[in-house]
Amino acid sequence: MASIFRTIADLWSLVVGLAITGKEFCRPGVTVHYPRAEVTPESAASFRGPIELIGLDKEPAKPRCIACMLCVSACPSGCIAVTRAPAPKPTPEELKAIAEAEARGEKPKRPAPPKAPGTWTYDFSLCSLCGSCVEVCPVDSIGFSNDIYMVGTKREDFVFDQLARLARKAAARKAEPKPAAKPAPSAAPEAAPAPAASPSETGAATPASEA
Amino acid sequence: MHSADTLRSRPTSCPAASADGGCADDQIAGDGYTCRFERGARPESLILNMGPQHPSTHGVLRVLLELDGEYIVRAEPVLGYLHRMHEKMAEVKNPAQFMPNMGRVDYLHALAWNWAYVGAVEKLAGIEIPERAEYLRVITCELNRISSHLLWWGAYLLDLGAFTPIMYAFDDREMLLDLLQLMTGSRLTYSSFRFGGVYTDASPAFVQGVRQFVPHLRSRLPMYTALVTENIILRRRIEEVGVIPPDMVTRYGASGPVARGSGIAYDVRRAEPYSVYDRFDYEIPTRAEQCSMARYMVRMAEIEQSLRIIEQAIDSLPEGEHMHPKAPKPSFKLPAGESYFAVEGARGKIGVWIASDGGKTPYRVKLRAPGFSNLALFAECARGTLLADAVAILGSLDMVIPEIDR
Repeated sequence: MASIFRTIADLWSLVVGLAITGKEFCRPGVTVHYPRAEVTPESAASFRGPIELIGLDKEPAKPRCIACMLCVSACPSGCIAVTRAPAPKPTPEELKAIAEAEARGEKPKRPAPPKAPGTWTYDFSLCSLCGSCVEVCPVDSIGFSNDIYMVGTKREDFVFDQLARLARKAAARKAEPKPAAKPAPSAAPEAAPAPAASPSETGAATPASEA
Repeated sequence: MHSADTLRSRPTSCPAASADGGCADDQIAGDGYTCRFERGARPESLILNMGPQHPSTHGVLRVLLELDGEYIVRAEPVLGYLHRMHEKMAEVKNPAQFMPNMGRVDYLHALAWNWAYVGAVEKLAGIEIPERAEYLRVITCELNRISSHLLWWGAYLLDLGAFTPIMYAFDDREMLLDLLQLMTGSRLTYSSFRFGGVYTDASPAFVQGVRQFVPHLRSRLPMYTALVTENIILRRRIEEVGVIPPDMVTRYGASGPVARGSGIAYDVRRAEPYSVYDRFDYEIPTRAEQCSMARYMVRMAEIEQSLRIIEQAIDSLPEGEHMHPKAPKPSFKLPAGESYFAVEGARGKIGVWIASDGGKTPYRVKLRAPGFSNLALFAECARGTLLADAVAILGSLDMVIPEIDR
């Protein structure tokens, strides 16, 4: 007799499970069906996307970077390559002054290279998004982007010329009709474009100057 | 599947067959492991490779089995398919550069590994941590523990043939990942703890989210119990299967839910309290049954206990900084010496030992993965069980192969 009751109790657990399944079946879906729908920009805002350069407040196309190379040495995987901008070519007058100084046996004063990067290449395929570069940057020139929809068909698609990318983004922002925008020193809100923009963007970033 | 006779009659391509000095036709064709896994006394037994692509081995664990019918005569886990030299990498990178690796050793409870490593470095270098950072570490680490247990729950039932539970688990886990993303910036391979603090401070949105999440998950747990724990099919499947007596636990050095499921109330958070764990009121759930169901129940109870810790920590979250003002720069040098720091991960005791000679990089780093010891007892535990039960035992050990292989 007891075994019959036990069996009924055991079978009842299956009915309970089915009832829960039935209840959950009537709940609205919780997943985002990606190509037809996307997650909200707010939910992606805190996500660390591939890093990007941040422009000066007054000149958004120019990075804040001072080419101090701290990020290059902090990176665990060596995915950042920065070169300093070359010194400007001396003007004819300066050349003359240099020649005169050399003739007098003095040390000529050549124009100093600017504190800015000449090239700034970032290999996203090596990056583990640890944030060491973002933390170490003394002028806050590196930030995480929100480009979470990124597609490429070859490795080189993920090697970004960050200077060109920054210029492109600044131009795109300039072209945008101005909303009553807050100053927004970080490029984060603009960095979440429609997914269709991303492949073309990565494609344009292909130059791979590291080669 | 080949019968033993077909295997024997096959020409052996294994160099070990004759090099071993054994009788050539008593060897089994296959790779080095199979060759050394000599056939037992029974001539009719069958050698079976479970894995490295078997779905229930979660990645690339390979288990060599000697079967007598459906019964396991011998089992031998073969490791190393996911070996990534994490310990060697620690010797060539400075401590800050090694941090991303800690998110990838055990991807399910990455923050515990984060913590073990920063803890060892902080102990060695004498770095102080602000109290707020300690609390944030506790909260995020416990959230991560719940997400790990939820994933284990779903995946274990998947191993046992129940498909839908993982959908329920992922529904709740998704909320957790949203919260952890706010703090760590990523959803799985976290690299968020720093020497002297944590990467980001808790935003009001995070605190708010955690306060909402705790009662939400609590309200879901009875549903989990009714849907799965009390399901008679599951109970018949895992009750009294894979009995691990306490002496086996101590012999193999198993820890975590595997030890607690055998009645050993060992938890690093209680045994050697680190950080601020001694300030919270929580229990160490143990079960006396020693079987797979006991380990299952321990994990489910741990979810509740973690929620308790989170609740207390978020209520008493002190104001202050999330990074110590004197936190070292990434390029700092470790002082010469050695230190060991252990934390309680979702799978057991995670230990990191660092030896430094004062150079830029540590001289040696040893990572103690709990999964390795927990898996080691499988060979003994699975002996004499049914093949289908071996799957239930393997799953109840909650293995993360990248952690075992490191």
